[in-house]
Amino acid sequence: MDTILVPEPEESLPSLSVSNDQGILQWISSVDHKQIGIMYLWLSVLFLVVAGIEILLVRLQLAIPNNHFLAPEVYNQLFTMHGTTMIFFVAMPAIFGFTTYFVPLMIGANDMAFPRLNAFSFWTTFFGGSLLYFSFIAGGAPDAGWFNYAPLNEYNYSSSPGIDYYCAGLLFAGIGTVTASINFVVTILHYRVPAMSLKQMPLFVWMILINSFLILAAFPSLNAALAMLLLDRQLHAHFFSAAGGGSAILWQHLFWLFGHPEVYIVILPIFGIFSEVFPVFSRKPIFGYSMVIGSGIAIALLAFGVWVHHMFATGLGNTVNGFFAASSLLIGIPTGVKIFNWLATMHGGAIRFSVSMLFAIAFLIEFTIGGLSGISFAIVPIDWQLTDTYYVVAHLHFVFIGGTLFGLLSGLFYWFPKMSGRAPDQRLSRWFFWLFVTGFNITFLVQHALGAMGMPRRVYTYPNLPGWGVLNLISTIGAFLMAGAVGLLVYILVRALNKGAIAASDPWDANTLEWTTTSPPGLKNFDRVIPVKSTRPFRDYKRPEDADWKRQEVAYTEKPPDIDITQNNSHGE
Amino acid sequence: MTGQLFLNINPSSIFDAASPQAARIRHLTIEFIIAASAILILVVILTSFISIKYRSKRQQEDPKQITGNRTLEMWMVGVPLALVILFFFRSLATMNAVLPDRGNHSPDIIITGHQWFWEAVYPGTTITTANEIHLPVGKRILMQLNAADVIHDWWVPALGGKMDMIPGMNNYLWVTIDRPGIYEGACSEFCGQQHAWMRIRVVAESPGDYTLWLRREAAGAHVPQDTLARAGAVLFLESTCSSCHRVKGTAAAGLTGPDLTHFGSRQTMLTGMMANDSVNLGRWLTDPQQVKPGAHMPRFIFAKDSIRALTAYLEQLK
Repeated sequence: MDTILVPEPEESLPSLSVSNDQGILQWISSVDHKQIGIMYLWLSVLFLVVAGIEILLVRLQLAIPNNHFLAPEVYNQLFTMHGTTMIFFVAMPAIFGFTTYFVPLMIGANDMAFPRLNAFSFWTTFFGGSLLYFSFIAGGAPDAGWFNYAPLNEYNYSSSPGIDYYCAGLLFAGIGTVTASINFVVTILHYRVPAMSLKQMPLFVWMILINSFLILAAFPSLNAALAMLLLDRQLHAHFFSAAGGGSAILWQHLFWLFGHPEVYIVILPIFGIFSEVFPVFSRKPIFGYSMVIGSGIAIALLAFGVWVHHMFATGLGNTVNGFFAASSLLIGIPTGVKIFNWLATMHGGAIRFSVSMLFAIAFLIEFTIGGLSGISFAIVPIDWQLTDTYYVVAHLHFVFIGGTLFGLLSGLFYWFPKMSGRAPDQRLSRWFFWLFVTGFNITFLVQHALGAMGMPRRVYTYPNLPGWGVLNLISTIGAFLMAGAVGLLVYILVRALNKGAIAASDPWDANTLEWTTTSPPGLKNFDRVIPVKSTRPFRDYKRPEDADWKRQEVAYTEKPPDIDITQNNSHGE
Repeated sequence: MTGQLFLNINPSSIFDAASPQAARIRHLTIEFIIAASAILILVVILTSFISIKYRSKRQQEDPKQITGNRTLEMWMVGVPLALVILFFFRSLATMNAVLPDRGNHSPDIIITGHQWFWEAVYPGTTITTANEIHLPVGKRILMQLNAADVIHDWWVPALGGKMDMIPGMNNYLWVTIDRPGIYEGACSEFCGQQHAWMRIRVVAESPGDYTLWLRREAAGAHVPQDTLARAGAVLFLESTCSSCHRVKGTAAAGLTGPDLTHFGSRQTMLTGMMANDSVNLGRWLTDPQQVKPGAHMPRFIFAKDSIRALTAYLEQLK
């Protein structure tokens, strides 16, 4: 087999000079993309547990009407920290973990373009998260919700230092996010194995490329808003205070101009993961490769024109609302068609129900529910009724859990053998899947009804209106089921790492380059890379007689030759 | 206690429309639910069917490697596109019907959200009241919505959509209430510590009853008759109560807290948190932070007798 040399980063890899057995120091000082990826993932698990405990306390408080388990000021800190943590320190690090680990492997590179910057990105994220949590001992955590509306976020209404830590923590994490994205863009554009054209990149890599541009465009708006808020709070500026000539609603524009792209930032990479998982476990190529990329780009562009759908009830008028209703309805299309891309990928395939695939199949239904309830917010009058109620809470969890988290879990079970060299226990993993999916649906399905029945979100307690108590109790029970499942997951992972069965280097008969390495990959990923002539190089390598590129060539030569204008025009045109 | 209080109110889900505005939105919502359910059912059926039919069998050859199908892809984009265009125009029509431009119409009522109560002013009258908002049935009413401190949001599901109250801005909402009754709602924008207890009660009355209410409300406060209540009235003025609360017809003219001129005629207190009775009032006056932590009423150290007197006075402010 002809092989080609791997492009090396222009600088020597600093990690190669460090021996591999220095314990924790090795991890802290590492600039190896695989170790940094794993650290991102553990950071995410750590914060998942923390933010999970926060929300269990919240759900306990809401289990019965007129409950006095938590004081309102504690409750408000807990739900604020839950939301902020889950978005910025669970979803984002988990996505970056998989990205940092697998993008170089999938494009045949030995490391990220800027290995030191990669470590910097991780540690600033880590530091940002620590700073956010330091607020608990510095006088109180932020308490104005994860989107932290003005003027409630101003010193007059929230005088504990929590919101200052919110600004500082998110600014730090934001710097890490932006530097990581620059690193991904350069790595993907510049360090692919030379044979891999853009049109042969795995879809996960494509989605990361699109996503990184999305991040680069979205985060400045958040960072500006955070800096302005810090000025307001610390130096008595008044960007967001109406009394001083500022504008409360400006915060909402700046925040959601970041915030809505952010929603797609935590879902596009997930679409990438699923676009790897569905083909592998259906033993078919992705249905509509270029359509998946095209819809990803469409989402990224439209994402900047939909932010006002978070503000339909702020009284901007029907003209403005109409414009953003149109764009928000439109963005549903490239998001929705992907469901059918994956269904068509499964159709006619040979589906293997691994735990990874189970999460992918469950995602199809859960994400459809979340997507459809999302469309109801693009229909302005329905939004007027349902925004800021428990219906939103249900919707966003169907998207973030049924979408993002299911995707991360699918990716985890897909790639865990590669990353650890160990296989997690199949039986326990299936238990985890069913327990988690059941708990999730019990928790959040009923919240749609609560919203329609008039329960606003972010209330620390509620009156005993007909049905409210029962539905909230059901939701709390579901939350504890999910918590039990997460406990089981941590047990499964730790057990697999210690005494799991040794994993093969290609346990799923997969398609992409990361599976050509050992499990786990050596410090230097590749010596040689197999030829890349299609989107599924490893499959081509394993089944040379049925290679994708051969089929494409056949299809090409079988097509009638193009009309040659030098010949007689037999089509009569 | 709070449980029984709410038994006599109208159910207020978004499907219990009691105004043409809410009915229009309900209609659109039901259309949406039908379309969305159809899509969801399609996805569930396809997912289950495909998963079962194409499950891997032992020693199977690789299935046919299909990479796409242009016609199918066109349908995948075309059908949802047609659906969203339909809903876009349905939604524009509903928006314009529910929330038309207010033109030169001046507001019939001005409601201001405070941390954590609603202040209602009735233009053209001298009436200022709080929390229990009386409105006439059958009249198209323009509400002006303001905020005194942070953002609040006015939402009574049975009467239609919500509207934010934003400091420095005037927002408007149209409502035409179909039938008399008490309609429950709540502040729907997180507004701080006591956001949960910023409930709304709209008391919709027939035009006759409403006129009567207006007349009673415009009158000054009831003058206390018995000694206990009279002592309470004196205390109210001499303590700092009067620097935050107004009781029309007396020297109490504070504007920070809710107007208490006809406090005794309200069924609930603390913005829908509990029944307005002497026991609850006594507890509240003894230690506000115990009852509603974070509320802006400070704790005054009153003697038991003083609390009894103040309670008696406030209860008589019908």
